[in-house]
Amino acid sequence: MGLNRQTFAALLVIACLIAVPYVAPMLGGNYVITLATRVVILAIAASSLDLLIGRGALVSFGHAAYFGLGGYVVGIAAFHLANDVPIFGWAGSNEALVVWPLAMLVSGFAALLIGALSLRTSGVYFIMITLAFAQMIYFVFIALKYYGGDDGLSMTSRNLFAGTRITNAQTFYWICLSALGLCLLIQWRLVVSRFGMALRGAASNERRMAALGFSVYGYRLVAFVIAGMMAGLAGALWANLNRFVSPDMLGWVRSGEFMVMVIMGGLSSLFGPIVGAAAFLLVETALAGWTEHWQVAFGPFVLLVALFAPRGIWGLVSGKGKP
Amino acid sequence: MQLLFEQLLNGLQLSLTLFLLAAGLTLVFGIMGVINLAHGSLYMLGAYAGALAAAKFGSFWLALPAALIAAGLIGAAMEWLVVRRLYALDHLSQVLATFGLILFFNGTIAWGVGRAPLQMDTPALLSGFVQLGPGLPYPTYRLAVMGVGVLVALGLWYVIARTKLGMLIRAGSDKREMVAALGVNIAGLFTLVFGLGALLAGLAGVLVGPIRSVQIGMGEQVLITTFVVIVVGGIGSIRGAFVGALLIGMCDTLSRAYAPMLLKMWLTGALADGLGAALSSIMIYLVMAVVLVVRPRGLFPAGG
Repeated sequence: MGLNRQTFAALLVIACLIAVPYVAPMLGGNYVITLATRVVILAIAASSLDLLIGRGALVSFGHAAYFGLGGYVVGIAAFHLANDVPIFGWAGSNEALVVWPLAMLVSGFAALLIGALSLRTSGVYFIMITLAFAQMIYFVFIALKYYGGDDGLSMTSRNLFAGTRITNAQTFYWICLSALGLCLLIQWRLVVSRFGMALRGAASNERRMAALGFSVYGYRLVAFVIAGMMAGLAGALWANLNRFVSPDMLGWVRSGEFMVMVIMGGLSSLFGPIVGAAAFLLVETALAGWTEHWQVAFGPFVLLVALFAPRGIWGLVSGKGKP
Repeated sequence: MQLLFEQLLNGLQLSLTLFLLAAGLTLVFGIMGVINLAHGSLYMLGAYAGALAAAKFGSFWLALPAALIAAGLIGAAMEWLVVRRLYALDHLSQVLATFGLILFFNGTIAWGVGRAPLQMDTPALLSGFVQLGPGLPYPTYRLAVMGVGVLVALGLWYVIARTKLGMLIRAGSDKREMVAALGVNIAGLFTLVFGLGALLAGLAGVLVGPIRSVQIGMGEQVLITTFVVIVVGGIGSIRGAFVGALLIGMCDTLSRAYAPMLLKMWLTGALADGLGAALSSIMIYLVMAVVLVVRPRGLFPAGG
């Protein structure tokens, strides 16, 4: 019964995501498709965080760092191309097939450095340290006046995709949705593999896994880097969606929001973070439309989720908590 | 030389302010196992209560108790309504719940007071300068803040090292379950410690009011620095919080004063300015990284 409900819910989520470009024009054009694109991009970031929090029990409170770095790689590459100033002998680029992988590489490398240090610790130390390192990157970009500092960096246009300009909102949505599909596919393969077993085993009992001969540190570091790369891709897409990057993308509020999405959606479930991202944006949009001071209501909402719905929406839908 | 001396004093003053916050945060975590992100909000609320009271009554000496009462009451309400439910939950839920509290407090201040920063006047009695040496005037108010910080640190040391309450607190941060098993009213101890932490955070907030502007977001900024302090010092340890606060406060102040200047000896112009600004704001995180590589549980880990 549980499995059937879960499969049904998963199919429903997929159907909704695919239906959006066909239904959106009837509901008022670009507004709906832009909102859906935001859901999809944030879902990529949230699901990458779920790989750490849900599967690995690694509560990273600095996930926005990789998201923001990915965005800044896209923004900075476009900035150098537009201003005709080479950076380290490179002219910059506006080609998605160049800068998006580059964004993933840079974010992955940052995750490698930060993870290598942070994973030496555990528990509450890990939470605080990932937060502190993310803040460090945030302050670096605030201080980099050359790239706009506080004010951020605008892009004149979206990236080219294989030489073609992405002007159509539908096209961009399909690109983002494909990216989400690819990330989820990779995660699913990872979770059922030996790697995923080791990661989950270490989450439930680290000493047992170590005693069995697994290098817990190594597995965790790899997971950290993969999650960082996926968040970097999400950041690159986000920069393209808004044609703008700013330190807010890296800030700790953003990291907190990713956590809210993961938990609201449901931990350790492939589709939970999508549902979480959608629910988060819908609640935020609804409250922001109602009052300018939407945080007054949103804060207690987050609190209630933490206290009373730790299994998230997916946990309620599928009728089970952690697998 | 005069600049160095002045910067050292500024660093000491920042260190003592950080200690007021770190002491509460580290005790709350050490004893109750709760990671409280909203500790910075108590600091902000203390500052706001002080600034509003000062604007209404025109006196710093009324602002001070107003800030303490506000922070204490809100802290008590927070413990009673929310934090009490978090003891049994995991760190993830605690982070999420207290993140919600921050959004709520920031939103409430924006709604009720507005987003514009508030200014708070230095009390007339402490508004002058003290001549610390030839050609070395230093603001009296900052000296007074340092004095309060030292007094509180000594007071805390006395309570924790010499009284029965302190014994329970130390025992609680070492082995919580054992203290409870020995028949100590651990719930009462929790409330007391949380209230104490809230008071200290409110005190830090109102003391900083006349030095920096009072604004939304001041709590989170200082909270993250406080995290660095207690991670460096070792979570749960008051001694660690003190040493960590000194180390981080000094590092932050000195690198802000000297990093751009030192870089200019090797680099030129805009690059030196940019790098200097970046380097000075990340120095404390670099210190934290180095400490972690050497001692992953901080300098003075609690509980052995």
